[in-house]
Amino acid sequence: MDVVTLSRLQFAVTSMFHFIFVPLTLGLSLLLAYMESKYVSTGDVVWLRMTKFWGKLFLINFTLGVVTGITLEFQFGMNWAEYSRYVGDIFGAPLAIESTVAFFLESSFIGLWVFGWNKVSRKVHALSIWLVALATNLSGLWILLANGWMQHPVGYVIRNGRAEMTDFMALLSNPYGLLKFFHTIFSGYVVAAFFVMGISAWHLLRKANQDFFRRSFRVAATFGLVSALLVFLVGDFHAANVAGTQPAKFAAMEAVWETKEAAPYHFMLIPDVEKERNTVEAISVPKLLSFLAFHDGNAVVRGLKEFPKGDRPPVLPVLAGFRGMAGLGMLFMLLTFMAVILSRKERIDRSRFFLRIMLYALPLPYIATQLGWIVAEVGRQPWIVYNVLRTADGVSRSISVPQVIASLTGFTLLYGLLALVDLYLLVKFARKGPDNDLSSIVRTARQEV
Amino acid sequence: MEYQILWFVLWGLLWAIYFMLDGFDFGTGMLQRFLARDNTEKRIIINTIGPVWDGNEVWLITAGGATFAAFPTTYALMFSYLYSALLIILFALIIRGVAFEFRGKGGSTLWEQSWDAAIFFGSFIPPLLFGVAFGNIFQGLPMDGSGYHGTLLSLLNPYGILTGVLFVLLFLQHGVLWLAMKTHGELSLRAARLSVRVWSGLLAAAVLFLIYTAFATALYRNFMDVPVWFAVPAAAVASLLAVRIFSSAGSYSRAFFASCSTIVMVIFTGIIGLYPNLLPSSIDPAYSLTIFNSSSSIYTLKIMTAVVLLFVPVVIGYQIWIYRIFRAKVTPRDIESSPEAY
Ligand code: HDD
Ligand code: HEM
Ligand code: HEM
Repeated sequence: MDVVTLSRLQFAVTSMFHFIFVPLTLGLSLLLAYMESKYVSTGDVVWLRMTKFWGKLFLINFTLGVVTGITLEFQFGMNWAEYSRYVGDIFGAPLAIESTVAFFLESSFIGLWVFGWNKVSRKVHALSIWLVALATNLSGLWILLANGWMQHPVGYVIRNGRAEMTDFMALLSNPYGLLKFFHTIFSGYVVAAFFVMGISAWHLLRKANQDFFRRSFRVAATFGLVSALLVFLVGDFHAANVAGTQPAKFAAMEAVWETKEAAPYHFMLIPDVEKERNTVEAISVPKLLSFLAFHDGNAVVRGLKEFPKGDRPPVLPVLAGFRGMAGLGMLFMLLTFMAVILSRKERIDRSRFFLRIMLYALPLPYIATQLGWIVAEVGRQPWIVYNVLRTADGVSRSISVPQVIASLTGFTLLYGLLALVDLYLLVKFARKGPDNDLSSIVRTARQEV
Repeated sequence: MEYQILWFVLWGLLWAIYFMLDGFDFGTGMLQRFLARDNTEKRIIINTIGPVWDGNEVWLITAGGATFAAFPTTYALMFSYLYSALLIILFALIIRGVAFEFRGKGGSTLWEQSWDAAIFFGSFIPPLLFGVAFGNIFQGLPMDGSGYHGTLLSLLNPYGILTGVLFVLLFLQHGVLWLAMKTHGELSLRAARLSVRVWSGLLAAAVLFLIYTAFATALYRNFMDVPVWFAVPAAAVASLLAVRIFSSAGSYSRAFFASCSTIVMVIFTGIIGLYPNLLPSSIDPAYSLTIFNSSSSIYTLKIMTAVVLLFVPVVIGYQIWIYRIFRAKVTPRDIESSPEAY
């Protein structure tokens, strides 16, 4: 394997690993902020116990999000030096802004939140987790605007042998980046909702801490339903945007080979990449694909054959990833809808079958988010900056194969180990359930001064 | 032109603040196993930095991000040329961060001891390698039009190692004073006693460094041209002496602030000496990356200037506020009564 392939593999491993932890942080920070605010406004200690219990799991997860993020920040320079040199004038700015406006806020106030229970008033304490939630989502905004620019470059000229920024506002208002941002944060909320529902279901099935977990479940169900609808809605616009900006990716997502007017959508489809056609196309709805792509049933959808072979992304992972993600998205709407209905009153305790489903559904949103990134990043190939710079031209010239083999192996081993430890701790503390010793809990929450 | 110079100063400032802040985290992490007599003391030691270490580390991320935004060519070449060293630093920072959070959650002694080892190496390796990296940058890297001609081993030359040792001792000193200031009784006294010995080692390393620098690097050239700049290394030396004076007088917080000043002045000594280079070539200055030939466009620099001038003061404001909230010494009672403590 060459340096390009190894570096791509390394980027995929490290960023996908980072993105195991990020989505939960995005959503759970908001849920915690809600729970703690409820405690502050009602004085009901169940909300405080919820904040503490879910907060502990939050922190175990958060730590890995933090430490794996540092790798990404430096990896552009380490492995993608030519890329960094070529686009740094534009791409560096959002990354630097991300640390200045988001990471500082997040990391400073998480410290206050964890260690400040009896140092600041209850309101300031609740405010600190709101700031963490805000900052986490803001960090997503900047990184996704950066990534959105790679997908759909705007506001630049090629000058002095590199891409130079000419219009910062265009970067900020890039529809690609904004859609990506909303789609991604909402997908994080779905992850968090299923996380809370899944663990609550486990306890409810054991009839432990019923009131506590019923309430947790109910909050998460509502949050999950709203988020699942939003993911779907934004995802639809996102796909339409991709059809306009990256036609080759869209064609791969739907395995469209020939350019077609009023293109049908096939629910069943088996492509044959060698022969450049689909061997099976079944359960078809006329005009639906054109409608999905351009919100116009008669629009023209461009096929893969229009693009030189060297400019096409790999079809299979993109197609499978997209179908998997979108299919799961439908399932999530259904499940969260049922969860909202069933968790009203106390019926959820009796729906043991549904609780079991929600327990096993816990990993599904994680899978959906990973699939989404595969669609986004593999689908962009062979470009690292769409239609501007090829991935193979972005790699560092000064690094060698043994170096990258060593780093890739190191990351895989270290991350694998950390994943095991993290999982062990999450399971351990999730099983343990909330702390029932009220005195110790209330003592650590400073009373109003 | 002015913007590049402004960003050069900001760049130096970000690194200086980073080392000033994460420096005592490193020192504290290196000392944890050796200064503590029992598990409670070990926990006290890491809980002194518990609320702040992550916020401190973000200064590194910002320094990296600012390098990318303001001097992309330097970001690209510096980090790809120093690939292996940076990789080891990353691994160390990763295990350090995880160790703080996980150490107290396992429940067995073996678990705690393993994470203590992680804390030690995660706190010792980054300062050492940052020092080695900066030492090599001060000397210039073997690079020309065809790329970089060094290896991880070639970084470990005497001057590079000396700079690494200097960094380790600077932060050890910083951490020891931090602990003397942030803990009570026996533990505080032990830290204070150790600080005397660390100080002597640091002084020796600093003198050696200042002399060796004249032979191994061209850093003093800027100082010769504009001798007022010698005020900066002089301030570094004065701060170092102040550390000793304050700590013998038992005022550890003053000594700690003097140590902050030492670190900032040492970094700025290097930065002033580098100007206008960011990454000098040891083969031929024609290949050096300077703030002029590696910077972003003026348009980007202007935007970044606006962002930084607007937000960095706010960041500094709330970080100071949070430091003030946690200004009290950490006691055994704090730790036992708080389930959130590390
Ligand atoms: C809970 C997770 C989740 C769910 C249910 C969905 N997605 Fe998604 N999707 C993501 C999580 C995600 C993601 C991880 O957030 C991605 C990766 C990159 C990004 O911007 O968002 C993504 C990317 C992504 C992309 C690629 C964007 C690009 O090329 O940059 C498209 C077109 C869609 N999604 C569309 C959809 C549609 C039509 C869905 C229908 C229900 C859907 N997603 C459900
Ligand atoms: C938002 C900021 C991101 C940026 C700027 C970014 C950029 C890049 C770069 C430079 C590469 C290597 C070159 C390439 O193969 O395209 C890459 C590949 C990849 N990234 Fe992203 N990435 C981002 C986020 C992510 C995240 C969060 C994930 C997943 C969790 C991800 C998944 C992937 C995958 C799977 C590849 C490999 C695709 C391939 O090489 O075929 N990316 N991305
Ligand atoms: C490939 C590009 C990415 C880079 C360079 C990057 C960089 C970083 C860095 C340096 C951290 C550590 C911050 C700290 O120490 O506090 C971090 C953490 C985090 N990042 Fe990423 N990140 C990337 C992708 C993403 C994406 C796509 C998202 C989400 C939408 C995201 C959201 C977060 C969150 C929520 C954290 C958690 C903890 C924290 O910020 O402190 N990141 N990232």
